[in-house]
Amino acid sequence: MFAFIIRRIIQAVLVMLVISLVGFSIKNSMGDPVRDLVGERVTPEERAQMAEKLGLNDPFLVQYGRFLKNALKGDLGTSFIYRKPTLEVILKHAPATIELVLGAALIVILVSLPLGVYSALKPKSLLSRFTMGFSTLGVSVPVFLTAIMFIYLFAVTLRILPSYGRGETIDLFGNGYWQSGMFTIDGLKHLILPCVSLASIMLPLFIRLIRSEMMEVLETEYIKYAKAKGLSPMRIWLVHAFKNTLLPVVTVFGIQIGIMFAFTILTETVFQWQGMGFMFLEAVERSDISLWIAYLVIVAAVFVFVNTVVDIMYGFINPTVRIAGTR
Amino acid sequence: MTKFQKFKESYFLYSFKRDKVAIASFIILATLLILAVTAPWIAPEDPYDANNIDIMDSEIPPMWSEGGESRFILGTDNMGRDMLSTMLYGLRTSILIAVGAVFLQAGLGILVGLTAGYIGGKTDAILMRIADIQFSFPYLMLAIFISAIFQAVYGIGSYERLAVPLLIVIIGLAEWPMYARTIRASVMGEVNKEYVEAARVIGLSRPTIMIRHVLPNSLTSLMVISTIQFANAVMSEAALSFLGFGMPVTKPSLGSLIQAGFDFIFSGSWWITVFPGIWLVLFVLVINLLGDWLRDVLNPKLYKG
Repeated sequence: MFAFIIRRIIQAVLVMLVISLVGFSIKNSMGDPVRDLVGERVTPEERAQMAEKLGLNDPFLVQYGRFLKNALKGDLGTSFIYRKPTLEVILKHAPATIELVLGAALIVILVSLPLGVYSALKPKSLLSRFTMGFSTLGVSVPVFLTAIMFIYLFAVTLRILPSYGRGETIDLFGNGYWQSGMFTIDGLKHLILPCVSLASIMLPLFIRLIRSEMMEVLETEYIKYAKAKGLSPMRIWLVHAFKNTLLPVVTVFGIQIGIMFAFTILTETVFQWQGMGFMFLEAVERSDISLWIAYLVIVAAVFVFVNTVVDIMYGFINPTVRIAGTR
Repeated sequence: MTKFQKFKESYFLYSFKRDKVAIASFIILATLLILAVTAPWIAPEDPYDANNIDIMDSEIPPMWSEGGESRFILGTDNMGRDMLSTMLYGLRTSILIAVGAVFLQAGLGILVGLTAGYIGGKTDAILMRIADIQFSFPYLMLAIFISAIFQAVYGIGSYERLAVPLLIVIIGLAEWPMYARTIRASVMGEVNKEYVEAARVIGLSRPTIMIRHVLPNSLTSLMVISTIQFANAVMSEAALSFLGFGMPVTKPSLGSLIQAGFDFIFSGSWWITVFPGIWLVLFVLVINLLGDWLRDVLNPKLYKG
């Protein structure tokens, strides 16, 4: 088990080294750190001096080493647009994205659980058929189209919900980092459309998953036994069957949250949601290389960290995983 | 028995003829494909040719609504291009990119999957680890990152000129692990079978065995994931174009058309977004429906008497 953990950690470090190398080579060949620091109104002599002082004339590997050392200290360069350390810029945009994903995840759970369970129990009913048809259609609609249609319907035609931005936010911890829209009526109103659109990509998948898992469980021996014992159907469905559907669903949910973060880039663009995805695209458009490389490195680090932790946890739960890796 | 007769009596055709959804999807898909391929001949005008376009024609609503003109059945976009023609050309571009991307990822995936299954040992472990690692990142995120990198390397101008090949490479690179995993899994299932042993005994080389004997037996699973990957590729291309990493507005794909229309939805010009949107959804939906059907038919576990 110890060897397994060590192997996973080494692998995670290797992946991060590769990603940071890619990030650094782009930054090295495209970025202009002098401009990031002092802007464009500086004479060529001063620029050359700055470049020498910043060590931009050093060999590639030396510079890469310095980049790594700074990155480990949390210094990923300075953003040209915001004129602040990139880490700070990203941290300030993170809460908006997290709230969006949280809201969407909540909607997915609240809607897919009852619908999935119901369509497993009563597969022939009208509502179940409608749900299944809807979920087939749902897979085929790109999230940005859903979002645009919502805007057209609720914001342009009916004028009952706002179409962009986060609305009124409050400073959650009083230090200026977590601007939350979850505690004001206006902020919540702004959350509805983006969250529902983001949820719409995950809903079909979860309804289908819960339905098929539940149907599978309903066929098992112990459910038949519970029926034979004369337990009430409600009790069999909810206590016996439903509980055993949950494990695979929770596993998949963990994976899909990561995918949801990827789709926030699309949702945030449509709703001009001031989150990390919106910031990333702005950085790419205005070629703020430092900022988007920092975003790439941080997102990759989060994914690698989460995956490594999950892998190690699986290793504890399921011994075959750690044996399979030993060859 | 000739090949045609064999096909006529197969379970494949039998279940196709009994499935109304599959038949309808197939007809729609075939129609859309034909429309896309023949776009240059059937489209009312050439939307890529600036000489045909008159900016005075911009934002004309569809024929049947107020202010519509019979020249433009589905109206015009913000640049004065005929929507119908632009959509036909857009579908063509989307299909071209998706087909290219699927071929690229299938090629890469088959190469890696076969090599991993064929050599085994350390090579297998390393290759599959790479595939697993890439698989743990959402492919859309990867595609967006790769396009951002390409855009930084090429500059926006040349990126837009090279958009078609670049998008093929981006989507192909982002999604190959799916193929690699599927191929490797079926290679692992096949290598210990007797026909492979027989081929080995008569002295065929391992590459020959892999390509001529093992690969054809993995074709069913390849077909099933290919439909899913094709739908995925169409969606990825649309998403990338929507974000501005894809086809430029002068040569729009469906994604860039929807994006162009989004700016005008607040002024009430809904048709610039809605028609390409329906077009895209219809296309992806029929592929998904056919894919579901194909999976049910080709998966022998689900054979129902």
